[in-house]
Amino acid sequence: MSFIKGLRCRECGREFPAKAIFVCEYCFGSLEVDYDYERIHGRLTRQLIESRPANIWRYRELLPIDGDPTVGFHTGMTPFYRADRLGHALGVKELYIKDDSVCHPTLSFKDRVVSVALSRAKELGFDTVSCASTGNLANSVSALAAHAGMKRVIFIPADLEMGKVIGSLIYAPRLVAVEGNYDEVNRLCAEVAARRKWAFVNINIRPYYAEGSKTYGFEIAEQMGWKTPRHIVVPAASGSLLVKIRKGFKELHKMGLIPQPETRFYAAQAQGCAPIVTAVQEGSDIIKPVKPKTIAKSLAIGNPADGYYAADAIRETNGWAAEASDEEIVDAMKLLAQTEGIFTETAGGVTVAVAKKLIEGKRIPRDESIVLCITGQGLKTQEAVADHIGKPIRIKPTLSSFEEHVKL
Amino acid sequence: MAIVVRIPTPLQKLTAEKPEVTAEGGTVQEILQDLERQYPGLKERLCDPTGKLRRFVNLYVNEEDIRFLKQEATPIKDGDELSIIPAIAGGSDA
Repeated sequence: MSFIKGLRCRECGREFPAKAIFVCEYCFGSLEVDYDYERIHGRLTRQLIESRPANIWRYRELLPIDGDPTVGFHTGMTPFYRADRLGHALGVKELYIKDDSVCHPTLSFKDRVVSVALSRAKELGFDTVSCASTGNLANSVSALAAHAGMKRVIFIPADLEMGKVIGSLIYAPRLVAVEGNYDEVNRLCAEVAARRKWAFVNINIRPYYAEGSKTYGFEIAEQMGWKTPRHIVVPAASGSLLVKIRKGFKELHKMGLIPQPETRFYAAQAQGCAPIVTAVQEGSDIIKPVKPKTIAKSLAIGNPADGYYAADAIRETNGWAAEASDEEIVDAMKLLAQTEGIFTETAGGVTVAVAKKLIEGKRIPRDESIVLCITGQGLKTQEAVADHIGKPIRIKPTLSSFEEHVKL
Repeated sequence: MAIVVRIPTPLQKLTAEKPEVTAEGGTVQEILQDLERQYPGLKERLCDPTGKLRRFVNLYVNEEDIRFLKQEATPIKDGDELSIIPAIAGGSDA
């Protein structure tokens, strides 16, 4: 049963049918899915959600498909827990981590959005899926499309980390390495999308795809006991995740499932690619694009299309934004690993480093609930830390060698 | 001088479904004016009522975003190509 009313332009409000389109014909604003909330209200209860399997589709009424889901039956409901050791290191009382470094099947939150995008693409009659990606999305589309029996053509920047290249190739997509940065790959794909009848998950399927990010927010609220944190630090590339977590909280409230959210949103970006941070800190209405230069390649989007909405969400909730240097990112990855046992990729390092900065700078108080969004897996970006974590202690297979070299 | 302008799908209704058209001018601004002359209505789709480019419209001269060049004053020479592309997101980690 469908609860989709249609698509609506986020800028001018014009309405469109729920097809594979993504921009408003009139003002070029991006399109967003509109739901029949009146019919969902009362039908979608906490009890119903809790009775369903532990995956993203437990919130199916608030996701943009007409029929039954077909992709992603093991995706979502990732660990959410109190991180007291990291909290102690950062000097805060109530810290939580939402850990998508173990999202199924490709170890990043992208599995959420791709599961939704492919389910919708099938409904819309596509047999080939495609995307422009900084790596995690490439992995996710490659894997989930293989499982869904769809053809897959993936575009990546040519300088991507080896782990992310292998993590796509194993699923045998047509993998195209473009000699350019992500923004150039994306621009090329926008032009290719106009010429091919493919479902580009982050272009013509984007209104549906982006909705998948709401499940990250739904789960945080459910796992906190049907409430929301006072503060949440979200890594930002396009800015879409931050915006959609907030939308997720608002929808749960609208459906009567949680109290009024009073969550402040904070964006975390890498120094060398921080157009959203710049806009927030300077109070600017303009998001000025940059040429990315950072080890956090999964966040290296210099021209973030959701940047305006992310900046708005931050201002409206009295949040803030900050950036982390390459060195701070690596230190934060180590801190998270050594306090909580989580090996996250560079984007997670950005989140932890920025949270530390915001706490030390008194932007985030030390005695209120804080959630950190960890969205990807460290094993994919080993290059970033390989030279900063020491080496194994090498010994001979003798007790004397052990006694000589291994001291705790 | 005349250059090739690539028109995105949402605007092709105004260019008789043509994905590429030619236009003349020495700057991006002049190209936009010529486009409006040839295809009335195009400019109001690209620019807001004050004449500024809408924030979700990206223009590229030879694959370079004009915001890294001289914005609408970016000079155009023979053989250049202008692409009009709606802003797009996603693909990243967040």
